Amino acid sequence: MKNKSLISINDYSKEDYLKILDLAEEFENNSVQKILEGKVVATLFFEPSTRTRLSFESAVNKLGGKVIGFTDAASSSVQKGETLKDTIMTVANYSDLIVMRHPIEGSARYASEVSKVPVVNAGDGANQHPTQTLLDLYSIKKTQGKLENLNIFIVGDLKYGRTVHSLLIAMSHFNPTFNFISPDFLKMPDEYKLFLDEKGIKYYEHSDFTKYIDQADIVYMTRVQKERFSDPIEYEKVKNVYILKNKMLENTKENMRILHPLPRVNEINEDVDANPKAYYFQQAENGVYTRQAIIASILGLK
Amino acid sequence: MTKDTKELRVSAIKNGTAIDHIPADSLFNVINILGLDKIQNTITFGTNLDSQTQGKKAIIKISEKYFEKSEINKIALVAPNAKLNIIKDYEVVQKQIIELPDSFQGIVKCVNPKCITNVENVKTKFTVVDKKELKLKCHYCEKITNKNNIEVVK
Ligand SMILES: [Zn+2]
Repeated sequence: MKNKSLISINDYSKEDYLKILDLAEEFENNSVQKILEGKVVATLFFEPSTRTRLSFESAVNKLGGKVIGFTDAASSSVQKGETLKDTIMTVANYSDLIVMRHPIEGSARYASEVSKVPVVNAGDGANQHPTQTLLDLYSIKKTQGKLENLNIFIVGDLKYGRTVHSLLIAMSHFNPTFNFISPDFLKMPDEYKLFLDEKGIKYYEHSDFTKYIDQADIVYMTRVQKERFSDPIEYEKVKNVYILKNKMLENTKENMRILHPLPRVNEINEDVDANPKAYYFQQAENGVYTRQAIIASILGLK
Repeated sequence: MTKDTKELRVSAIKNGTAIDHIPADSLFNVINILGLDKIQNTITFGTNLDSQTQGKKAIIKISEKYFEKSEINKIALVAPNAKLNIIKDYEVVQKQIIELPDSFQGIVKCVNPKCITNVENVKTKFTVVDKKELKLKCHYCEKITNKNNIEVVK
């Protein structure tokens, strides 16, 4: 993977995923390794995403590298009308790796084509956010001890949620069973269901939490965003159907873990946080190790 | 109406290429894709001609011009049923088949308004993921443009 940009989850093979996950485990066991000494990583956030940026910057710091960059487009030359191409070509002169987040879809792929240094996509609009997917895989593997043959429930906005779509694609290598829980108009798009059909992967759709959740190995929660609803009354109704509460976890499996890409709004009740099955904060911690692994591997340091 | 009388509406050429069975509303797209507005050859065309199979059709005849397969395949995007005849000395000497390529650059716009190709000066690139239904996957935003929303780059 040396010098290979990470733009889309579709760029990496199953073997690539597994290599990153092994490396992430190594960093979890020994997270301060100064292998990035003398290297500069640019974090270009054309739209703010504090959580993702801090996670990357923490990863770089633990590896002994330096970070340059900006935290939103308003504080950069972009506001003066500079094209993405010019920004990237300039910053590529100052850095060994570019991490970028941009609201325009396909911007990271384009940046990787004009940049002389590799690019890591930290989110391009509604398109891709591959480092999130890899940290999700790492969290699943770590909590379940394996990736194969798991029963994965995905709850919330399955139509627009890029995280959910990428997770589905990545997990499809490992023979999962999927259960989708969403309001009717936020159902998993046909193209993804078709993809699962072609791969012979079983999936079931539900419109609310079901007793089947007791069979889950992973419950992956996402936000149902108010902006998706044209009718506010409809939102108020739906909002409360997709809230995970602690008492719903009573009969769930011992190994079951709850994941969420964060930030959450109200879809996981705070009474769940103390439950050992709540895993979303550790999941965020895993993001640092996974990003260390991605950076080290792209720069050919591991 | 016989085939012969129809042919007469667009005068015969001695040598060159005749493209028939173009849907009338795709005529200018075909001209655009093949860059016919930029070449010096004599070109005659007829449009809104009656067709037995497809409503109104258009015909283009280009004198002294022959196309590479890769070049001509591009028009499959807007005129998949078009027929190509290579003409030498007023006779059709060869029929060329139009086949949708596996991937191509430029030509059509990405349907996604939030795609980088619609925001900055970036040439579009697509992979044809479904030839029958004409589904094009954008190399950049990964969204599908299909036959119902194909728009040719100006
Ligand atoms: Zn696109």
